[in-house]
Amino acid sequence: MNTREQPTRTETFASGQLPDIRGHFGRYGGKFVPETLMAALAELETVYLQAKSDPDFESEMQGYLRHYVGRPTPLYFARRLTDHFGGARIYLKREDLCHTGAHKINNTLGQVLLACRMGKSRVIAETGAGQHGVATATVAARFGLSCEVYMGTEDMRRQALNVVRMRLLGAKVTPVESGSRTLKDAINEAMRDWVTNVDTTHYVLGSVLGAHPYPMMVRDFQSVIGREARTQILELEGRLPDYLVACVGGGSNSIGLFHDFLDEPAVRMIGVEAGGLGIETGSHAARFATGELGVLHGTMSFILQDRDGQIQPTHSVSAGLDYPSVGPEHSYLRDIGRIDFVSATDAEALEAFQLLSRLEGLIPALESAHAIAHVKKLAPTLSKEQIVVVNLSGRGDKDVEVVANLILPDGGYR
Amino acid sequence: MNRIDERFRRLREAGERALMPYITAGDPDLPTTRSLILEFEKRGADLIEIGVPFSDPLADGVTIQRASQRALASGTTLAGILDMVRDLRAQCRLPLILMSYVNPVFHFGFARFAQEAAAAGVDGLIIPDLPPEEAGELREAAAAHNLHTVFLIAPTSRPWRVRAIAAASKGFIYYVSLRGVTGARSGLSEDIEAGLQMIRAETDAPIAVGFGISTPEQVRMVPAAADGIIVGSAIVSLLEQVVGQPDLLQRAGDFVASLKAATRKAVGTG
Repeated sequence: MNTREQPTRTETFASGQLPDIRGHFGRYGGKFVPETLMAALAELETVYLQAKSDPDFESEMQGYLRHYVGRPTPLYFARRLTDHFGGARIYLKREDLCHTGAHKINNTLGQVLLACRMGKSRVIAETGAGQHGVATATVAARFGLSCEVYMGTEDMRRQALNVVRMRLLGAKVTPVESGSRTLKDAINEAMRDWVTNVDTTHYVLGSVLGAHPYPMMVRDFQSVIGREARTQILELEGRLPDYLVACVGGGSNSIGLFHDFLDEPAVRMIGVEAGGLGIETGSHAARFATGELGVLHGTMSFILQDRDGQIQPTHSVSAGLDYPSVGPEHSYLRDIGRIDFVSATDAEALEAFQLLSRLEGLIPALESAHAIAHVKKLAPTLSKEQIVVVNLSGRGDKDVEVVANLILPDGGYR
Repeated sequence: MNRIDERFRRLREAGERALMPYITAGDPDLPTTRSLILEFEKRGADLIEIGVPFSDPLADGVTIQRASQRALASGTTLAGILDMVRDLRAQCRLPLILMSYVNPVFHFGFARFAQEAAAAGVDGLIIPDLPPEEAGELREAAAAHNLHTVFLIAPTSRPWRVRAIAAASKGFIYYVSLRGVTGARSGLSEDIEAGLQMIRAETDAPIAVGFGISTPEQVRMVPAAADGIIVGSAIVSLLEQVVGQPDLLQRAGDFVASLKAATRKAVGTG
């Protein structure tokens, strides 16, 4: 019952064994939700665990992942980017090629199949960048479920194209005006909806956040990324990579890439948070830079909060990273020294956004551009024999308008 | 004896039900909150639930969300609320129960909170996003200072949870009368009676019903199995309308008095 003093550093890590039965990763995670939702979480956990061990569910998932999502996604050797940085060999895991343009659909497919198993006729979702909202609306359309997506008005402004896409897919997009009008407020509103309509509705949470079983379940659905990457790099290079790099908002694309490698001590892992205008300015979303232990949206993790425990506003050029908390498993894996966390600023991400576009003909999502921005610092410090795998978690079409308003004709940053 | 236990014991002896008004502390400022609590005591309130404002109140509807924003804008903090209670205690004999989301209390430190809240004169604590299984450390700290930790039961709670929560809850059990967030509704949920009977089968502890009860008429309709009735958003909404007006205390007090009268009339009719 003690949530704060459980030993963390003394536990030996074994992937697949966490979280514990109550959803804790060491002192992180758990189920901090209103009582009304406890039964729904228990039902979801039961149905998920049954599905996980059901070969029919597995083959259904595999079928849709292959024929609808377009998996496996390629692992692409970025030769010109590698040459440009002059260090390690850089591979990009091409999640941008998934149907809907980002890794998010790996999870929404799984959760919508579970919603069907639970007999729920309606799904709801929150969205920041709009990628998770689009991925939920897409799969809901495919399975004939009604879908409502909550989105902060600030994000609707930043990601107007995705709002149109969701509506085309038949989803209702509900603007959220409260708080900072971004992802955290959209989650508040989605949880208010869920608590009201819990009998008929499944909440398709989009990242490894929220109360148990979400962080575990979303991780499991996303870990297909790392399983494929392992097979692919062994085929291409005959060995495992030296580094894995991924951006971290809630943390689903990063844990998806990392999870299958956790038991490989030679593979180092770096999560890149949003440094916004710079850590020193306070306008950022780097939870591991200045955050503290706390509870938000059902889970205990690192949170950007003020001295009274109020959640602080965050800033990032990338809506998908603009969130004050982070997945509980990330906090745990940082504690035991398994993942290192760094940050990249808006300006660094915008530079990387242009660099990848020009050198490889790949326009990355602004979220993924944060990972590329860190590779710019990392790769030149490594030898030409070393291998870095970066998760290109989404494509950047959605960001073109934002970027057009920020980048000057000479490539400078407004 | 904790003031909450004492109050429910006396009410039961008198054959009366408790009225528990809720207000958000610091809406629009703490001096007003202090005056309101004293006014509510005069006008017949039996216990007071004092909301600690939070930036992300996900169990609350728009009325209390707005109140929380006003309270935070006026600089309200948990430490400031405890100071107010300490100051108020000399004049106020009612049981005072803080209702907070878990993060401000966790950040304050569970042990420090339990000690300082009890010393200030707080009698109980309700944390809607802290189910008993995550509350071990807080329960231990609170029990050491005779501070009651009140847990919530919902219409969706399974029987085994009802039993566990009823056993864990101290002072009374908070029954959430509907599926949803706080806020006024046009009618009461139809399954309150069934919910109350489910709890009553497990415990003799007092049960207070909250969420969506906003008028004296609705108070009268709450089944007799309930020992107390919590009214929040309706009071907060009234305050929102009369804030800044000289008769704020009078009008809020009148409303509380009308709610209290409805608890008396309900006895024996449910």
